[in-house]
Amino acid sequence: MTTATVTGKPDEPVVATRNYLTEEGVTLRSWLLTKDHKRIAILYTLSITFFFFVGGAAATLIRLNLVTPAGIFTPDIYNRLFTLHGIVMVWFFLIPSIPNTMGNFLIPLMIGAKDLAFPRLNLLSWYLYVGAGFLALFAILIGGVDTGWTFYTPFSSLYSNGYVVLALAAVFAIGFSSILTGLNFIVTTHRMRAPGMTWYRLPVFVWSNYATSVIMVLATPVLAITLMLVAVERLLRVGIFDPALGGDPLLFQHLFWFYSHPAVYIMILPGFGVISEIVPCFARKPLFGYKFVVWSSITIAIIGFFVWAHHMFVAGISLYAGLVFSLLSYVIAVPSAIKVFNWTATLHKGWISFDAPMLYALGFIGLFTIGGLTGLFVANLAFDVHVTDTYFVVAHFHYIMVGGMVSAYFGGLHYWWPKVTGRLYPEWWARIAALLIFFGFNLTFFPQFILGYLGMERRYYSYPPEFQAWNIFSSAGASVLAVGYALPFFYLGWSLFRGKRAGSNPWAATGLEWQTSSPPPAHNFDKTPTVTRPPYQYRPEPEPQDV
Amino acid sequence: MQLLPPTASAHAADMDWLFAALIGTSAFILLLVFGLMIGFCVRYRKGSKVERGNRLGRTWRVETAWTVATFIGFLGLYFWGADLYVGIHSPPKDATDIYVVGKQWMWKIEHPGGQREIDTLHVPVGKPVRLVLTSQDVIHDFAIPAFRVRQDAVPGRYEALWFTPTKVGEYRLFCAEFCGTWHARMGGSVVVMEPSDFQRWLDSQDPGPSLAQEGEALFRSYGCSGCHGTASTVHAPKLEGLFGRPVPLQDGRTVIADDRYIRDSILKPKSEIAAGYPPVMPSFAGQIGEDDLLKLVAYIKSLADKTAENSQTGQSAGQSQAGSSAGSAERPAQ
Repeated sequence: MTTATVTGKPDEPVVATRNYLTEEGVTLRSWLLTKDHKRIAILYTLSITFFFFVGGAAATLIRLNLVTPAGIFTPDIYNRLFTLHGIVMVWFFLIPSIPNTMGNFLIPLMIGAKDLAFPRLNLLSWYLYVGAGFLALFAILIGGVDTGWTFYTPFSSLYSNGYVVLALAAVFAIGFSSILTGLNFIVTTHRMRAPGMTWYRLPVFVWSNYATSVIMVLATPVLAITLMLVAVERLLRVGIFDPALGGDPLLFQHLFWFYSHPAVYIMILPGFGVISEIVPCFARKPLFGYKFVVWSSITIAIIGFFVWAHHMFVAGISLYAGLVFSLLSYVIAVPSAIKVFNWTATLHKGWISFDAPMLYALGFIGLFTIGGLTGLFVANLAFDVHVTDTYFVVAHFHYIMVGGMVSAYFGGLHYWWPKVTGRLYPEWWARIAALLIFFGFNLTFFPQFILGYLGMERRYYSYPPEFQAWNIFSSAGASVLAVGYALPFFYLGWSLFRGKRAGSNPWAATGLEWQTSSPPPAHNFDKTPTVTRPPYQYRPEPEPQDV
Repeated sequence: MQLLPPTASAHAADMDWLFAALIGTSAFILLLVFGLMIGFCVRYRKGSKVERGNRLGRTWRVETAWTVATFIGFLGLYFWGADLYVGIHSPPKDATDIYVVGKQWMWKIEHPGGQREIDTLHVPVGKPVRLVLTSQDVIHDFAIPAFRVRQDAVPGRYEALWFTPTKVGEYRLFCAEFCGTWHARMGGSVVVMEPSDFQRWLDSQDPGPSLAQEGEALFRSYGCSGCHGTASTVHAPKLEGLFGRPVPLQDGRTVIADDRYIRDSILKPKSEIAAGYPPVMPSFAGQIGEDDLLKLVAYIKSLADKTAENSQTGQSAGQSQAGSSAGSAERPAQ
């Protein structure tokens, strides 16, 4: 453990009996009826981890099926598998992951507040999440939904035979969970900052969750309305999207992507926030261009609303619309590029150590850069015509969402683990997992760029034999990746009981959340802190911590 | 192990150059970012004894410089791609139209001469071909990787796609938009042939009546000729010489009479009323299937080069009688 820098006495339990895990009691009832944002964050972490493994199991089966050109499963099973994978991963993992776990836990701590603005609403949003999650699993596993997570009409509204309406209801319900969380974060950030915590003293993590919340609140209602219209067409045969009934199939795509493209930023912006916390801490330097990083998040949140039709370059939109939406998509790439440059520049003249969170963060920058650059390919009109709906697009968005988002999630999980649990994890295992994930990920998804350019279409349970070699590489990578993702489950679990006591600030970090004990007490701070400095005031040598 | 798909159209070669440019730009940025990252990580690792003084305090200039540079670089790629995109949406005038209807789970293809095929498309090398795509049920997507083109086939709409094959051979054809259980099996091949071989192939097929001829028969059996026929006394727009020309509408707009306009005029006659004509035509929505619509459009298209007089002499040569009687008998009540 090179830089754990526990300058206090590491073997002495710093953990007071008074912390949020014990203070309200340890009964099931005390957890299920809690209004403490930290406990709700733990509830989310447990349920999101469950859905991550469900979605991951589906992904593993998908890769297994694609080892041979003929496939192993029947087309119906395969179609349900990728629908399960898509719906669970997008709505029950990627969108809620960082905001609902780390955001919930950390935002009040980071701004010096006792809790979120609406604790009861927060609990309600978790119940909606869990209810919707099981409804979705029921619909797909028992009823069989094969529409893919995009529910394209008129297939979903009139042709698919599965329990589409139930699946729609599940996504509809989780949408409310998103909206409630977003509202809660916005109000909390505006109203509950500690004295001296001005907007430009907010950590980037808070800023990026704030930007995310704005998207959640503004975009999710559109999704809800769209899905309701699909259900109306399906149940009542009212012509909305099916031309046979007088509807317009492109209307659905416009409405759907008006939510679902901003949703990509709901997934990735909080990841930017996590990386912006980790990199300065382990480089022991202030974040390079703090204001630029902040405003690029806001810019992304705004422009993110104007690029939706780049999913529709071959769907039959007008030439003019294609030209405009492609240009806007290039414009939004600029603020994303700025962030990569800023993180890289933060390393310059730093005092860099390579603990597990930092390895995840560096992995994130690498994978996100590849994902972002291939975004330039698919935003390019002529190029997109060739590769859209192929594995090139699959590879591109997995680089952003899995390579980027999930690396950030794991990075954040390791970084704040000591704060949340009061324990340290085994550093060596954590580094091994970070490396396995990085290499496994590249082996899985890089071949898919080539497959896509060769013309392998997505959602194929069976493919022409000339594509097999690259598929074998990809599936081999997936098994490495699966091991990488499973490892933390074991060593983090182990650390809960056997891990070393962490002390309040094992990384000698500067954020407010590190100035309370680990785990924090029920109301976060014994005395409301007063903020006098901008964030990330790191010095080359760790400051002695105030345990 | 394949690295690139076959290159078999003029557009495919242009696309590969764009691909190379995109890869070049990305490689440059990637090397820059990775190089700096790894370089900094090694040089400024904890414990290394290097000079760390004079840190950059003000970041405005650096930030502005790389923001502007990135934006300009991106714009270049945008214009290149946009230019090619406009190209693949502007078919040449002499392109042969081939009609394609997607259906769970097959592609039904009809050549202008009436030759039909399923899941295989025969085309001559070196001649521009324009596909007019539609779907009978859900959204499909007609993709030919060797030509670097694809286009959704959307029910209720006509979408076009054109290419000029440059190499004789057989290339894969896929459905790229998820369309249900057998989506992965909805594909086939595009066979590019020497023009003489292609002609032989066309002749060897049982041609039957051409699309336009079939359309003409339908034109009569659906009663269209009752109003639009040259002998008709109803004040309806004449269809000879119509296709491809601008049509002034009652609301002041002008539209080009293309496949879409013809189709919409049959199914939704009230949506775009030609100036100077009363909106009396009934809708045929729900009465004419996609296959028949294509034939009607092909027929009206075949009238593009005719003037009203020419076709009158053509019709009086024997067809008009049957045509108008069938027409008046089956004309829907208004």
